[in-house]
Amino acid sequence: MKFKTILGSLLITLFMAAPAMAENYIIDTQKHHAFIQFKVKHLGYSWLLGRFDTFKGTFTYDAKHPENNTVKVTIDTASIDTNHAKRDKHLRSADFFDVAKYPTATFESTSYEDKGHDRGIMKGLLHLHGVTKQLAIDVDQVGTGPDPWGGYRRGFEGHTILHLSDYHMPFAPKLGPVSEDVQLYLSIEGIRQ
Amino acid sequence: MNLRNSTTTYGWITIVLHWAMAVAIFGLFGLGVWMRSLGYYDAWYHRAPDLHQSIGMITLALLLFRLCWASTNVKPHTLGAPWERTGGIIAHRLFYLLMLIIMTSGYLIPTAEAEGFDIFSGLHVPALFHLTPKQADINGAIHKYSAWLIVVLAALHAAAAFKHHLINRDATLLRMLGKKKGE
Repeated sequence: MKFKTILGSLLITLFMAAPAMAENYIIDTQKHHAFIQFKVKHLGYSWLLGRFDTFKGTFTYDAKHPENNTVKVTIDTASIDTNHAKRDKHLRSADFFDVAKYPTATFESTSYEDKGHDRGIMKGLLHLHGVTKQLAIDVDQVGTGPDPWGGYRRGFEGHTILHLSDYHMPFAPKLGPVSEDVQLYLSIEGIRQ
Repeated sequence: MNLRNSTTTYGWITIVLHWAMAVAIFGLFGLGVWMRSLGYYDAWYHRAPDLHQSIGMITLALLLFRLCWASTNVKPHTLGAPWERTGGIIAHRLFYLLMLIIMTSGYLIPTAEAEGFDIFSGLHVPALFHLTPKQADINGAIHKYSAWLIVVLAALHAAAAFKHHLINRDATLLRMLGKKKGE
């Protein structure tokens, strides 16, 4: 009897859990409602801004169990754009990103800590320039709802700081200690599948 | 001495173009190799590439004028053995081809993202071509390897000139200095 109760409640739990399964989203990079931007200090006097133009990714969203939220993004490192051809060429070269050898960078989440009020911390592994480092991204949900074209969308923004010296880019130390911290800003809109 | 070439001598225009471009090309090569080794906080980190681009564009203008000038002038008869004459003609054509490739690819690097540059902070050079996202990288590689090729070719060219002068004892080198044999 007891065993049956346990089994029954287990089955009910499983059954109940099924409809609350995570929603799958594809990041809208087709119409580009998604941006990966960075800024780094120039000489310590101002901010240099740049972005990656080409990337793709997916995320899952589970309203009932936010700890199950996941994200995976793959960035085309050659798409780096700082609005200056010679600098972008330098950044693509072996002095920095070495895009011939490391054409992609990836971020894959490992855990999500819900902080309430549509906020949380997405932890994961950033794989960049042959180095894998733990990264914690502060995440805010910006909004969610149906779009006018028959789809359903959900958008987040994220902030994090990465340390340039972690990624062993040969020219990076020459920029000086003022350029050690790179701020990343992510604005990601997903279309529910 | 004439401005124009004859069948035995070079005119002054050709001679000045030849030596000015020789100096420019070796200078650009040295400057190019050196500027790539500069550190970010070096005073020449921006100045050297600006100078390289400015001299490079002036050399391109000289090259275009030189091609027009060469095509409207006779060439002095080549001297030496048949293989030397053929080799010389091939080398001269390769020079023109390499110079065109080097200067075109050089222009396409800084202008790859629709941003022009200035010659000595004066005349603006517009960005005209945006061919592929890899334009700067591809032309960078073409620029580097063809620059090394032209330096090797120039060394051969100089060796050949000395061979003509010291072994063949003909007028090949002297006439590019505006002198006649025996003067």
